[in-house]
Amino acid sequence: MFNRLTATLLASTLLTGTAWAETTIKAVMHSGLRVLDPVITTAHITRNHAYMIYDVLIAQDSEFQPQPQMADWTVSDDKLTYTFTLRDGLSFHDGAPVTAADAVASLQRWAQKDAGGQIIMDRTASLESTDDKTITWMLTEPFVPMLDVLSKQSALPPFIMPARVAATSADEAITDYTGSGPFRFVEAEFQPGLTVVYEKFDDYVPREEPADWMAGGKVVNVDRVEWVNMPDVQTAVNALSGGEIDYIEAMQVDLIPLLEGDPNIVVETREPTGMQTMVRMNFLHPPFDNQEVRQAALKAIQQEPVLAAMVGNPDYYQVCGAILGCGTPLESATGSETLTEGGGAEAARAQLEAAGYDGTPVVLMAPTDMVALATQPVVVSQMLREAGFEVELQPMDWQTLVTRRASQAAPAEGGWNVFITNWMVPEISNPISNPMLNGRGDDAWFGWPTDETIEGLKESFIDAADAETQVQVAGEIQAHALDAGLLIPLGQYTLPQARRTTITEMINSPVPVFWGLQKTE
Amino acid sequence: MTQIPPPGSAMQPVLRALRLPQFGLGARLAAVVLAIIVVLTLLGQWIAPHDPLTMNPMARLQGPIEGHPLGTDNFGRDIFSRVLIGGQLSLVIGLATAVVSVLLGLVIGMVAGFFRAADAIIMRMMDALMAIPSILLAIALVALNGPSVGSVIAAITIPEIPRVVRLVRAVVLSAREEPYVEAAIALGTPMHRILTRHLVPNTLAPLIVQGTYILASAILTEAILSFLGAGVSTETPTWGNIMAEGRLFFRIKPELILYPGIALSLCILSINLLGDAARDMLDPRLKKRAG
Amino acid sequence: MLGYILRRCLAVIPVMLLVAVFVFLLLRLTPGDPAAIIAGDMATPAQLERIREAMGLNQPLHVQFATWVGRLLQGDLGVSLISNTPVATMVADRIGPTLSIALLTILMSVAMAVPMGVLAAWKHRSVADYAVMTFSVLGFSVPVFVIGYLFILVFSLKLGWFPVQGYKPLGAGLGAFLSNAFLPALTLSTIYVALIARMTRANMLEVLGEDYIRTARAKGAPERTVLFRHALKNAAVPILTVIGSGFALLIGGVVVTETVFNIPGVGRLTVDAILARDYPVIQAMILLTSFLYVLVNLLIDLSYSIFDPRIRY
Repeated sequence: MFNRLTATLLASTLLTGTAWAETTIKAVMHSGLRVLDPVITTAHITRNHAYMIYDVLIAQDSEFQPQPQMADWTVSDDKLTYTFTLRDGLSFHDGAPVTAADAVASLQRWAQKDAGGQIIMDRTASLESTDDKTITWMLTEPFVPMLDVLSKQSALPPFIMPARVAATSADEAITDYTGSGPFRFVEAEFQPGLTVVYEKFDDYVPREEPADWMAGGKVVNVDRVEWVNMPDVQTAVNALSGGEIDYIEAMQVDLIPLLEGDPNIVVETREPTGMQTMVRMNFLHPPFDNQEVRQAALKAIQQEPVLAAMVGNPDYYQVCGAILGCGTPLESATGSETLTEGGGAEAARAQLEAAGYDGTPVVLMAPTDMVALATQPVVVSQMLREAGFEVELQPMDWQTLVTRRASQAAPAEGGWNVFITNWMVPEISNPISNPMLNGRGDDAWFGWPTDETIEGLKESFIDAADAETQVQVAGEIQAHALDAGLLIPLGQYTLPQARRTTITEMINSPVPVFWGLQKTE
Repeated sequence: MTQIPPPGSAMQPVLRALRLPQFGLGARLAAVVLAIIVVLTLLGQWIAPHDPLTMNPMARLQGPIEGHPLGTDNFGRDIFSRVLIGGQLSLVIGLATAVVSVLLGLVIGMVAGFFRAADAIIMRMMDALMAIPSILLAIALVALNGPSVGSVIAAITIPEIPRVVRLVRAVVLSAREEPYVEAAIALGTPMHRILTRHLVPNTLAPLIVQGTYILASAILTEAILSFLGAGVSTETPTWGNIMAEGRLFFRIKPELILYPGIALSLCILSINLLGDAARDMLDPRLKKRAG
Repeated sequence: MLGYILRRCLAVIPVMLLVAVFVFLLLRLTPGDPAAIIAGDMATPAQLERIREAMGLNQPLHVQFATWVGRLLQGDLGVSLISNTPVATMVADRIGPTLSIALLTILMSVAMAVPMGVLAAWKHRSVADYAVMTFSVLGFSVPVFVIGYLFILVFSLKLGWFPVQGYKPLGAGLGAFLSNAFLPALTLSTIYVALIARMTRANMLEVLGEDYIRTARAKGAPERTVLFRHALKNAAVPILTVIGSGFALLIGGVVVTETVFNIPGVGRLTVDAILARDYPVIQAMILLTSFLYVLVNLLIDLSYSIFDPRIRY
């Protein structure tokens, strides 16, 4: 340890020829980091943390295409055998080389938790390390989205950990945070929910290609990155103005005017795809066990007022009826006219009456302590009421909501009828991984629709021979999902980031990353 | 509390206190301000130019414009109407807290003061309750029951009870030693009569003073609970949750905190001043010197 | 005297035990499932169940309570359910800012409030008296967070005198510490000043009416000596008491101020833990603050004898 530190110090002194100045980035992220295991949770902040300290076999570029990262791959002609070859120079933060056995153990742990991983495992004949550098993955039947699933950046990317860490049960959080990524986690300075510190991992060997989203060379040009949590965005804005921090990951759009006119600060959209916000109904209990009533709810809602109340400035939101997201390869807007244009209230009222809605109050769960989810329920409840629904808006803190939404009990007995959630567009842009499109009843996402049609459509999507057929099937999925009321999309929005101008060359990926960027003093 | 007025005269200071002209200028001013706030709030439904819940997200965070004398909030709701009507629930929460904690405290304090056996247990429990920081206890209680009006009242009430209990117990303990109470006990006067005739009247004056302070602090605590994310839903406006929502926009629209803040502060200020005036009037020690 | 101290110390035990029972029951009856929080958005019910099992949340309540108290007695505060960090480490990391700002607040408040109270009592019914009284009522009447935001707006953003947020430990130098801690402490001290100034005024008024003060004045003692030597000394006991009972108010204020000024203290730690249902952290924090409250009040009780020679045990 001491030797490496001395060597680093010497090297940098020699290279710069002057006193060694450490560059530190102080960043305010969208939330505080508390859970350090990227397999046990889908929390975005944990995934972002994992991208700092871990590396992935293959990664997505800005065209949503899989690219080599730790490994190159070949696919056999029968599409049944995938062979990944680790590149040279990979090592963990403790100095041990990364081996194929580490990768296999990590993939196995990940696949227990990830929905896509589970599907692959169902079709896996064998997954093993054939030598130190080679991972051979044999399938029982072809699985077209194989590489898309392995390279995805949300919600659970397959991060590679040492085999001893990956041996931890998938239901227990890991306690050893050794990775092989471009940054090292400084455990001694970690304060849960408050501060996380990373130091550049000097032995990391980046790829040659330029960085492109999560693909390409992860070249680190700073010595230290500190994530500081500030629950009040105004505090963060003040700190950025005062130069106490360098970067805010997610700005509240209403506060942008405070930073305008400051020549030292840039407010920008990091990645244009952004987030989708949506309504999810409970299929198990009246009134939303009735498809007619779900359709009435869809007609009752118009996106723009929801987005306006939530975001404010129209530059940062987009009316969008596509359940797979606007600006994605599979975008389709079938069936979303009333959502995007409005004017469905009359039809909603009529349909609600025709469906025999008896005035059963609809329990709408509204989280009070999550800024990104606090406004939508209020606006949605007003629109539902205007269409004739009896709405009981139940405020609760986020933790109560996540607990309660897991309850299948009747709304009056601790269950629920409807809540609002947000997903990153890359998380929902593929019908296989979009959690709203799971129609397997009790095994589906909260709301538990039993929908064989959607499952059949997803099968056809998986089996589709080419991209054109995929787009066509995706269109059918869109039409069916809205008709069945699997979700009601409320539109897309982006939360811009803000940085001091001393930071340059940031990579515009959906996951905020700290390689590539430079900091001048 | 050292001087216990003889029976029968216990109500006199209370009656005297209610004769406003004896109050100082400050207290009289406070009474007028409080009366105005209460009347405006009660008549809110009729005075308010808009339904406080009607939103128009396309016209949000506006400054004062026609039809919206104080502008609109982040849902495009009318701030003036919300502040007017928001006072209702704030006052109800304050009042309910004051009444419930005084009543519960009175009963528990009586029991503790009168029955030696119960005293030790009750007072240890009160000590424990007082030791838990009230804000933390309140947040936890709201999290326990969900942020309904009832649970917010309960959450603010429970930490207030021990203070009332201590007060009542102290009064009862000293009153017990008074010759007329000892005489009544010796004569075999029924317990309920001793309590209602001799002990309760003695506690009235300090309880009224304590009650006004609880009222004031309850209104304030509601605001703080809302600020920390454990308040009543924004669908029912209170001064507290209007400010809590407004704090996200403090630097671009400080009015969202300013107006409910002024209403709240004026209201609490008046209640506190009236409480002080009542105490000066009811506390024999201070009265002696003031006279 | 020694017997009294011992008795008072022993009385702390049942109180703390009751606090422990309260806190434990309160939390376990709260809806909310730390497993759901850890697992995130994509977890299935079966996965949640396995995580609950691993965290020991499936055991009967009395078993969980016994385990917790048993470990407490060995000085083990437990491990955070969410981050797996020992609670003792989390508290140790974050108690510094809270304590130093609380102490600064008490110092500043006493320094401001006692002279204010003395002045108000001395010039009873004067403009100064009314000004002090108005201020002290105002301090009770404006929410802490409103005061905090106003101070930030005026002193940090408009005047640029202080940084808008953050915390520097005393180790970073007194200047750095004060420039960060001054505004939060000033914000917090408004309630405290109000409380102490009122109490000082009331007690001074009472003491100033006593015979021995009249005697002192009649003997021609200088006014300053009368006020500070004779009167304030005798008014000190109730003032001390109010500092003790105000400690609870201070904790409440700390929670809010730490959020407004982004101070990495235990107040925010506790609120975050409540919102995340991180039981071991909440339990430890409430127990700890309660213990501190009891301790402060015990010390104040015991110190009475120093200030008031009439009190003997």
